[in-house]
Amino acid sequence: MATEQTPVTAWQRPTVFYNHTVKWIVYILTTLFVLWSLVSLLAGVSPQRIVDGMGFGASLVSSMVPPETEATAVNRVIDLVLESIAMAMIATVTGILISIPVAFGAAGNLMPRSVYALNRGIISVSRAVDGLIVAIIAVKAVGIGPLAGIIAISFKTVGFFSKLLAEDIEDVDMGAMEAIEATGASKLQSVLYGIVPQVVPRFIGLTVYRWDINLRASAIVGIVGAGGIGTLLLQAFSRYEYNYVATILLAIILVVLAGELFSAYVRKRVQ
Amino acid sequence: MLEVTNLRKVYPTGDEALKGITTTVDGNEIVSMIGPSGAGKSTFIRCINRLTEPTEGEVTLDGQELTRLSKTDLRKVRRDIGMVFQEYNLVERLSVMENVLSGRLGYVSNWAAFRRNFPQEDVERAFEILETVGLGGMENKRADELSGGQRQRVGIARAVIQEPKILLADEPTSSLDPDTSHAVMDLLTDIAETENIPVLINIHEVPLAVEYADRILGLHNGELVFDGKTTALDDHAKDVIYRGAVPETATQVGATTRSETRATDSTTATATPSTPHRAATGED
Repeated sequence: MATEQTPVTAWQRPTVFYNHTVKWIVYILTTLFVLWSLVSLLAGVSPQRIVDGMGFGASLVSSMVPPETEATAVNRVIDLVLESIAMAMIATVTGILISIPVAFGAAGNLMPRSVYALNRGIISVSRAVDGLIVAIIAVKAVGIGPLAGIIAISFKTVGFFSKLLAEDIEDVDMGAMEAIEATGASKLQSVLYGIVPQVVPRFIGLTVYRWDINLRASAIVGIVGAGGIGTLLLQAFSRYEYNYVATILLAIILVVLAGELFSAYVRKRVQ
Repeated sequence: MLEVTNLRKVYPTGDEALKGITTTVDGNEIVSMIGPSGAGKSTFIRCINRLTEPTEGEVTLDGQELTRLSKTDLRKVRRDIGMVFQEYNLVERLSVMENVLSGRLGYVSNWAAFRRNFPQEDVERAFEILETVGLGGMENKRADELSGGQRQRVGIARAVIQEPKILLADEPTSSLDPDTSHAVMDLLTDIAETENIPVLINIHEVPLAVEYADRILGLHNGELVFDGKTTALDDHAKDVIYRGAVPETATQVGATTRSETRATDSTTATATPSTPHRAATGED
């Protein structure tokens, strides 16, 4: 009786785990898992190997200097960089055109559950597979060349763009839409007036951001034969033409940096 | 004429927000609905144009029953019901003109709406209304550049351009300061007169309701406990509305006589059977 009435004086911060025992078990298991990963993967790695590796890296970089500047080689780089830029452009436009209906379909505040689930499914599939894997499949399907790259990058754009746009649509102020519906406007008109103006800034920002990501992707997908500057990069590597590799890498870095600067500038202006 | 018969609303959570409301709004009267928070005022007004679906009962506008209409027919009827909101519910990123013209969307095609291609007479009317509500020359401002009072005026303009048969206002002054509240109430009263339509206003500030309304509806806990001329709203009636004072113990004779007296000196107001708000006078 007396013990039951003792006022509770001890206090512990509540935990997000079920209780403190579970919390400590999770911590210990996580630590063990990290240790196991380290031991099993790095078992044969000696400090000597790391030192040697850095030496090889340094000699690789030094063999890249000076970059190849011979005119026909440089022209080939320029041609393929332009191809990459074109691929990124087409893939961005195609991807976004597909993304718009998917994004509205995946907005839980506008659509019935079935439509919502279908479109969220499309997004999940697009996000689940890595871009290079999609590119490999696309190359198998339509053959080597930029078309495969465009398909792969468009496919990845849909997952990214639709998901973020759908989330923005779900965050809008529904009061405006409701007020417009209350005037007797159709559903489409209500979305057009009540929702679209609210997501336009985000739409522009996301478009430029995705274009910038696609630019980087289009420089890489060539490695699996899907067109663009990546094709040339792989060739140069396999022929040990490290000076040429340097030229190609510099071109890629230049284009990606320019794209990123432009993207950052535009997004700053609209948001 | 708006007739509401035995309107009930039960939310999926099981809350019975409206427990059978029956009333009529007609002519160009200003009807204020008062009651404590959670009494069901907003639910009632939103059930009229089915922004909230009523569970049971009938809503009739000029003889047309609304609660069973298909989506398409409902849209047509909604064109005849103007609505003003507490938080204005404007599209912040659109211009004042676009916000006002959105009141005409029910009459234009999707394609015309997309191109902002409204009929000339709608545009002319929009300019007129903007002038009336005191926003002349503001048509190209973006809604988010306006003050609260100005936004509410845009909200009212959007409702008026619909040329509605009734205007519903859901707490139109709750987000505004006292002076602006008065200006908005003045405007709503003017509209009732010039457009010759009734205005039903949800409001929780009793003095404001009394100052402007011809008639008061008192809602308590989902029940209509007062329905009568503003002049009939005495302290006891306010008690019944706001505290749910039980009037049963009162002398029935006095109660009957008084409510009959009131009923006779008003043509539009009718005392509902569940409204013996004067009955408990002796108890005070």
